[in-house]
Amino acid sequence: MSREKRLSTGGHSGVAGHNENSDRQESRKIEIQGGEAVMQNPQRRLEFPENDRRESVSGRLRMKMASWKHYPGSAVVEILVWLAGLVTMIVMVFLVAFIILRGVRYLTPDLFSPTYNSENVSLVPAFINTLTMTGLSLLIAVPLGVFAAIYLVEYAKKGSRIVSLIRITAETLSGIPSIIYGLFGLLFFCTALGWGYSLLSGSLTIVIMILPLIIRTAEEAFLAVPDSYREASFGLGAGKLRTIFRVVLPDAIPGILAGVVLATGRIVGETAALIYTAGSVAQVPKDLLGSGRTLAVHMYVLSSEGLHMNQAYATAVVLLVLVVILNALSGYAAAKLVHGRR
Amino acid sequence: MRKDKGKISEIVMKVIFLAAACTSVFAVALICVFLFGNGIPAILEIGVPKFLLGQKWKPSNNLFGILPMILGSIYVTAGAILIGVPIALLTAIFMARYCPKRIYPLVKATVNLMAGIPSVVYGFFGLVVIVPFMRQMTGRDGSTMLTASLLLGIMILPTVTIQAESAVRSVPDSYYEGSLALGATHERSVFCTVFPAAKSGVMAGVVLGIGRAIGETMAVIMVAGNQTWMPQGLLYGLRTMTANIVMEMGYAADLHREALIATGVVLFVFILIINLSVSALKRRTMYE
Repeated sequence: MSREKRLSTGGHSGVAGHNENSDRQESRKIEIQGGEAVMQNPQRRLEFPENDRRESVSGRLRMKMASWKHYPGSAVVEILVWLAGLVTMIVMVFLVAFIILRGVRYLTPDLFSPTYNSENVSLVPAFINTLTMTGLSLLIAVPLGVFAAIYLVEYAKKGSRIVSLIRITAETLSGIPSIIYGLFGLLFFCTALGWGYSLLSGSLTIVIMILPLIIRTAEEAFLAVPDSYREASFGLGAGKLRTIFRVVLPDAIPGILAGVVLATGRIVGETAALIYTAGSVAQVPKDLLGSGRTLAVHMYVLSSEGLHMNQAYATAVVLLVLVVILNALSGYAAAKLVHGRR
Repeated sequence: MRKDKGKISEIVMKVIFLAAACTSVFAVALICVFLFGNGIPAILEIGVPKFLLGQKWKPSNNLFGILPMILGSIYVTAGAILIGVPIALLTAIFMARYCPKRIYPLVKATVNLMAGIPSVVYGFFGLVVIVPFMRQMTGRDGSTMLTASLLLGIMILPTVTIQAESAVRSVPDSYYEGSLALGATHERSVFCTVFPAAKSGVMAGVVLGIGRAIGETMAVIMVAGNQTWMPQGLLYGLRTMTANIVMEMGYAADLHREALIATGVVLFVFILIINLSVSALKRRTMYE
């Protein structure tokens, strides 16, 4: 709501209480009853389409303006709070705008030639590797995560020891920084299993990394399915499996998808876990046991070498656009879940 | 249902679900075994005090002291908390109690997006914006502890904000209303009644932010300077544990390589402690 609008409604706290709780038609009645007050400011009635007084910005501000005179400290606190919100927004907008505005001009056709060499610094191989890596990781992590969530929600008894153990470990996993995953992947997949720097090692490292995220979102999605669905299904004679796969799972899919998209965002942006598991070769490997860099690793290598800053800018733009799209998709899926239920 | 052949598949699938659920347990066990198994022998070979309290990291001279890196990680994280947490908490309060309904979706989407931006992009932003800016301001090298703290402060902002907002939101409305009814202003009600009631959840968010900051790798490498000396001050470069691992893992061999893994072990122990405090705080929130 604009500043002027709020200021214009500053002082008259008494009458607004009547009008806010009513829609336009009802307020016409009040106009008759309390005609004198309305006369003072005939436009004010139209300015309160909101119903709930506590949700109405102008209502709140009016109350505040009155109290500010007595409590100047409140004014300071209020300004600080708004300032913090503003700083957060500005930092974010500045970061995104700066990189995109600066980087867009470096998106040359050279950058999109099918193979990499030190002259064109193409990001296409890295992009293909990113797609492969994302696909492979999701292919393994999503069924694992969803099945784990099914067990936790549909089968496990609440408070049993195995459930709390699973929860603690999933929580631990989600707090481990990606560099530790990278080290583990290097020690286990690359060295102990002898796969070397490869897309496969990288993907499996990523699988462990995103598993807790997928388990958590899938669990929430399953919990949101009303029990009456399950009861109705059992009542019609369906078994537990059939109920899960035919009734519960379809209803939970938007929620699961939201989590999957978020996980995709993490895979696309991951660097520290991949640099020593998938390696940093700038080509598309022949098979999954070959080494290849993803977009994020590509960008890190470019900017730490410092030779191709323009291309690093362009890669940053591509990464940012990808992440923005993925975020929007995830939000859309989550919103669909909420609306679908009502 | 019991009589038909469905019963076998029911049991089989239940076992499959259970196995899937146990993957995370299995993964944590594997991570512990491999990290500790490879790191602890190196620590013992170098000597615990020499490794943890040694002030010199010179792999070519067989000097493996990671105290500079431990302090580096702690200093940078502390700086990030000092810069990021106040703004994050105020932003959380803004989102939960001040934000007009109409712009709330915009703010929420922005914060979510901020949480989703890859760390390498943040690092790049630091490299091309904050580092030159610092160089201009101080007239010295721009890759400093202050730069790293500032960047990390921005990076933990969304993590702490999201957690703190949900903690503030989960406080029952009656607290706020009761306070108003006693004659307190909106500010007093929010800051003296609602916010203290959300303390545990907010603390959990802050500790989560500490975990993010101490484990952050790529962004820190790009802006912190990475010198292996003991941290000299705000306007000097330093190296964190995470940076140490990534910088040298590419060419390290033998004891050097194991010392790097051991650095990872120390970091892992830090993270485990932080994780434990997060879950303890969260459990406290649930009991309240």
